[in-house]
Amino acid sequence: MELLFQQIFNGLTIGSVYTLVALGLTLVFGILHVPNFAHGAFYMVGAYITLMMMVGFGFNYWIAIIASVAVVALLGVVTQQLIFKRLEGADGMRMMVAAIGILLFLEAFGQFMWGTEYHRMTTPYGSVVNLFGLTVTLQRLLIIVAAVILMLALHFFLTKTMIGAAIIAMAQNREGAFLVGINANQVAWLTFAIAGGLAAAAASLASPINLVFPTMGNLVIMKAFVIIIIGGMGSIPGAIVGGYLLGLTESIGATYISSDYKDVIAFLLLVLILTAKPTGLFAKGVQ
Amino acid sequence: MLNVLSKRNMLITIAGIAILFPLVFQNMYLLQLLTLVFIWSIAVYGFNIISGYVGYLSLAHAGFFAIGAYGLGLLTTKAGLPYWVSLLMAVVITALAGALVGLIALRTKSHFFAIYTMCVGMIIYLLIDKWDSLTGGVRGLIGISAPDNIGPITFDSLTSQYYLALFFLIVTIFVCYRIVHSLLGRTFIAIRNSEELAKTIGISIMKNQLLAFTLSALFAGLSGALYASFIRFIGPQISAITVTFEMLMYLLVGGIGTLTGPLVGTLIVISLTQSLQFLEEYRMLIFGPVVVLLVLYYPRGITGSINTFLLKRKQQKVKGRDKEHEVKRDVGEAG
Repeated sequence: MELLFQQIFNGLTIGSVYTLVALGLTLVFGILHVPNFAHGAFYMVGAYITLMMMVGFGFNYWIAIIASVAVVALLGVVTQQLIFKRLEGADGMRMMVAAIGILLFLEAFGQFMWGTEYHRMTTPYGSVVNLFGLTVTLQRLLIIVAAVILMLALHFFLTKTMIGAAIIAMAQNREGAFLVGINANQVAWLTFAIAGGLAAAAASLASPINLVFPTMGNLVIMKAFVIIIIGGMGSIPGAIVGGYLLGLTESIGATYISSDYKDVIAFLLLVLILTAKPTGLFAKGVQ
Repeated sequence: MLNVLSKRNMLITIAGIAILFPLVFQNMYLLQLLTLVFIWSIAVYGFNIISGYVGYLSLAHAGFFAIGAYGLGLLTTKAGLPYWVSLLMAVVITALAGALVGLIALRTKSHFFAIYTMCVGMIIYLLIDKWDSLTGGVRGLIGISAPDNIGPITFDSLTSQYYLALFFLIVTIFVCYRIVHSLLGRTFIAIRNSEELAKTIGISIMKNQLLAFTLSALFAGLSGALYASFIRFIGPQISAITVTFEMLMYLLVGGIGTLTGPLVGTLIVISLTQSLQFLEEYRMLIFGPVVVLLVLYYPRGITGSINTFLLKRKQQKVKGRDKEHEVKRDVGEAG
């Protein structure tokens, strides 16, 4: 029984990371219809910036995270303004290929700048605490708490502010949003900034329990795609439920089925779901 | 007739040059490079059928390439079958796998299709990587046999391997040429341009897409099998998604949805990365932005852009001629 609880806790930890990544992806997809394959590369850049700030400049963990969030948010805005903005209205394949081009560039850039070796990120929260009879590291606890705080912040931003309302409006009805005079370009770059920031935060939080390397974003982004399909593309609650569901399935599957094949679980899940329902779960009819 | 680079004469000239090449240049390095280009081109031609002509971006192609490669590798090393039987079986297995995946994947559309096939590719990669007892896991598969002799023809020299790859490439291009210039090719393009419209005029979408997808997997499998017997060593890395991305890059540079594009793109990108040593490691620093720029400004790649340019010039000429006629007629009437 204790093992199960331990695995549930681990599942919540990775689920939090997946959810943060998937949230950014689903925002960009739901609002701008950009299938951003480069989102995983944003995640990777976020981890390296935090690492660089801590090791290179000796910054405090939190300041490093804030810097990293700012840099990757800016990176998101730049790619949107330079590339995706120009592809508005283009067919889906061109969008996807452009995103793949950005991904390839950023990965090579990561290799070029920081090398191919694996780095370990130190955390001030390495100590172990006892929580309801479970021994957990403080960092894992921090990931869960920070993710919940970020999700709440995003929720309040989207529901309580004018700009947030504009973003939601554009997600719900593009033409309607244009009719009432919502600035589409502003919404677009802001969405990319939020998505980039969330990816950087997720990477900075997860890196101390994983490792930092140039292709670290690949598996995460693929799983994030799985999550947003499970959750209904463009749905925020869907991404949250999907993220935690996948995290839990993986960590419990790794213990009770096979740790070798734990990564297959996510992809099998998606293949099964799309096999049964080719338009994805919770499809909003014809778009 | 408008696509000058698709003209039959052009293709025959290229084939002629390729056949004569080893007789003129005895450079082993170049031969090795070109053989690899031919082998990869076959996979890119397959990729082009589904992604270029039918318009469905398949991200599982490295997976099919790997099924072909591991199919041949396992059948020759572990099952001990003769080479040609293994080659045939590897291709058939890949085509069957393609048909099976296509049957389900093609029910999904646009982004869903890309993500679905990406997941299929990932599953294939993880299976190869983790299924130690069958595939050798991360250690890979070594000692894959070279092609067996056919009567007096042996395949132990580089030149003979070169001709073998060239032979299969020519077959591939021939098949693609016949498809594109037939009703089937028109059907594919009709589906790409508008699925609804194609449906309205009575085209069976699923049947045609499935055929295209199976064919594209078949060529990827053939390419993989040839690769395995040429390099003689394969590891799980050949099924990684980055390999699919590389194929996509060859296709984009050459020209997606064109007949010479796959060969032109593969030739240019592989020779560039091989000849510029610093590119080897960080090639994506340059090719990543190139892909983005192509998508932004030249979505039809090198061949496509040349075709468009020639088409425009031809139209201008025709227009100019029409004007001349008009002038003459006016003069005639006046006189």
